[in-house]
Amino acid sequence: MGATHLPSTEFDGTELDDQLEAQAEATLGVPPTEMVQLLGPDGRLGTDSVFSEYAERLDAEKLRGFYADMAAIRRFDQEATALQRQGQLALWVPLTGQEAAQIGSGRASQPQDYIFPTYREHGVALTRNVDLAELLKQFRGVSNGGWNPKDTNFHLYTLVLAAQTPHAVGYAMGIQRDQRLAEAQGVEGSPEPKAAVMVYFGDGASSEGDVHESMVFASSYNAPVVFFCQNNHWAISVPTAVQTRIPLSNRAKGYGFPGIRVDGNDVVAVHAVTEWALEHARQGNGPVLIEAFTYRVGAHTTADDPTKYRESSEEALWREKDPLDRLEKYLRAEGIADEAFFAQVAADGDELAAYIRKSTYESDAPDIRTAFANTYVEAHPLVAEELAWFEEYSAGFAGEDEGEGAGR
Amino acid sequence: MTTMTIAKAINEGLRATLSNNPKSLLMGEDIGPLGGVYRVTDGLIGEFGADRVVDTPLAESGIIGTAIGLALRGYLPVAEIQFDGFVFPGFNQITTQLAKMHSRSNGNLTVPVVIRIPYGGGIGSIEHHSESPEALFAHTPGLRIITPSNPHDAYWMIQQAVNCQDPVIFFEPKRRYWLKGEVDTESAGPAEDPFKAHVVREGTDATVVVYGPLVPVALAAANAAAEDGRNIEVIDLRSISPIDFDAIEASVKKTGRLVVAHEAPTFGGIGGEIAARISERAFHSLEAPVIRVGGFHMPYPVAKVEEDYLPDIDRILEALDRTFAY
Repeated sequence: MGATHLPSTEFDGTELDDQLEAQAEATLGVPPTEMVQLLGPDGRLGTDSVFSEYAERLDAEKLRGFYADMAAIRRFDQEATALQRQGQLALWVPLTGQEAAQIGSGRASQPQDYIFPTYREHGVALTRNVDLAELLKQFRGVSNGGWNPKDTNFHLYTLVLAAQTPHAVGYAMGIQRDQRLAEAQGVEGSPEPKAAVMVYFGDGASSEGDVHESMVFASSYNAPVVFFCQNNHWAISVPTAVQTRIPLSNRAKGYGFPGIRVDGNDVVAVHAVTEWALEHARQGNGPVLIEAFTYRVGAHTTADDPTKYRESSEEALWREKDPLDRLEKYLRAEGIADEAFFAQVAADGDELAAYIRKSTYESDAPDIRTAFANTYVEAHPLVAEELAWFEEYSAGFAGEDEGEGAGR
Repeated sequence: MTTMTIAKAINEGLRATLSNNPKSLLMGEDIGPLGGVYRVTDGLIGEFGADRVVDTPLAESGIIGTAIGLALRGYLPVAEIQFDGFVFPGFNQITTQLAKMHSRSNGNLTVPVVIRIPYGGGIGSIEHHSESPEALFAHTPGLRIITPSNPHDAYWMIQQAVNCQDPVIFFEPKRRYWLKGEVDTESAGPAEDPFKAHVVREGTDATVVVYGPLVPVALAAANAAAEDGRNIEVIDLRSISPIDFDAIEASVKKTGRLVVAHEAPTFGGIGGEIAARISERAFHSLEAPVIRVGGFHMPYPVAKVEEDYLPDIDRILEALDRTFAY
């Protein structure tokens, strides 16, 4: 790939990854993995022989938009964490630190693309126009995903790690067939825009067999799918070194498609690399693996305690690479955004937080009858029998205080 | 009417499906030029091409998982798992993903995937090739499970499975693949509803409920019992989830006695579920406890002793003797 990528040994700040690189080089002769970076922690824009071209297409409005998105989702994350602490949510999965990886990649997708997230992709959801209040329903225990994926092409969260990766490949195989069917039928006029699929997973999930099988299928059928791995360095308490002995992006070589490591805290580089990868896939050139090298600054979930397994100094090192700070520096230095812009972003964030708070308080439990109704598409005698029993049983509680009986 | 084997009937059913619905496709290991290890997909790749009859990498989770993705894109995938014992690498995809997708999406998404699985023993095969794991799937809400016992049902039920908007596991009784019978390819007739049980032999003294490979065994047992003057009704369940309890209840209310037989282990099996439900529904009609006949609580044994494991005519007759002893 490009020429000016910084070797991660100069960048990552984690000894573990340095060791991995050194080991890979010593035992396998693998050179240090280059990492695409355009906007460094100092807020200066570098160059890259391949990806600068993509960065140059970004106008001031887009760059301001990246910042506004990242600030919004960070504010959302803080609010959701607070809601969990107040007992309004059962659990929350924070994304702080990964905003650039998610906003950069999500903003590189096009409406016709289909996205399969894991469960931390709140930033990607924002870029797909998912109502963020719907995201919280899963964590409040009132829905397993409140949005209709058909409206946004943003699939439901998947909690069984990596189980969504073969779905993405199958979906991409469907896109291939749609295109071939359309070609065979000689569809005239303006054809559907070419589409690709992007699937998110993490360094922890990269060990799951489904990731391997997905990559085999994707490669065999040259499916238009981008595997977007956010290497946030910690699978709950287990470091990346336990999941892999080589940089994750290198794994793509074994499957026969490109693998790119990108600075996951650099929204400009993530956007560029993802645009390239999605276009590569849409044009029929097959899958791409992107490893976004980032860091989960907070806990795995609100039930986690990172002080048990990692040094706070490590978190501090990564805070210096903060994705928002570096873009703010750049926007200010280039005169792209002024104080009024940042004030507006902060005000918008407060408004979003207020909306999230209000909609969460108002988000009530559904009627269990909807669960009866949605277990099967077609009529099912056992479900009907059990529902009839439930209605009869519930009717026996009629007149009792709300909430004490089984019926509502 | 055409005479054909069950394997050929499924082949013809799949051919009809591929012809009738451009969004349907088959996928699995060795289903292309080889036509599947049992030749059930024989000739189909030549007619419909590699986009519709897809030889996949050797990875069951990948097969089920990509079938789910194809279904989400609007396709009707029919995935073949080569043998019963090899479904388990795909078990996660079936139980945590396929079965729940419609429910967890609040009804917004449908995943009309069909999974074909040759199942059951009696073929003298090596381990993992003779199992009957249907109860594991029947215990999973969101799935439908059907199994034909004759060529006419096989021809129609595979097509009905594809047309069903819910995920369907289609268990194929592999030791009956070469069983011949009449198939009416013009009309499903009594096979119109794949989720209804069929009374395949009418009787008055006791009911035997079976499905898939044991249907011919139960019919033979009923004929043997007839020589002793006992008139046995035999029900082919056809659908394992949902179960047509109405049909069983009606029969038991007539006969007063019930034996349920399957190859799968008795403990935690379909027979237990039927026994419990019928005890609730027809307690006052029962002259005897419901008797279950099935595999023992052991891993499927080596082929040279599978005769001692599999329910056969004598095991069903012994169960009938026990129910008549009350």
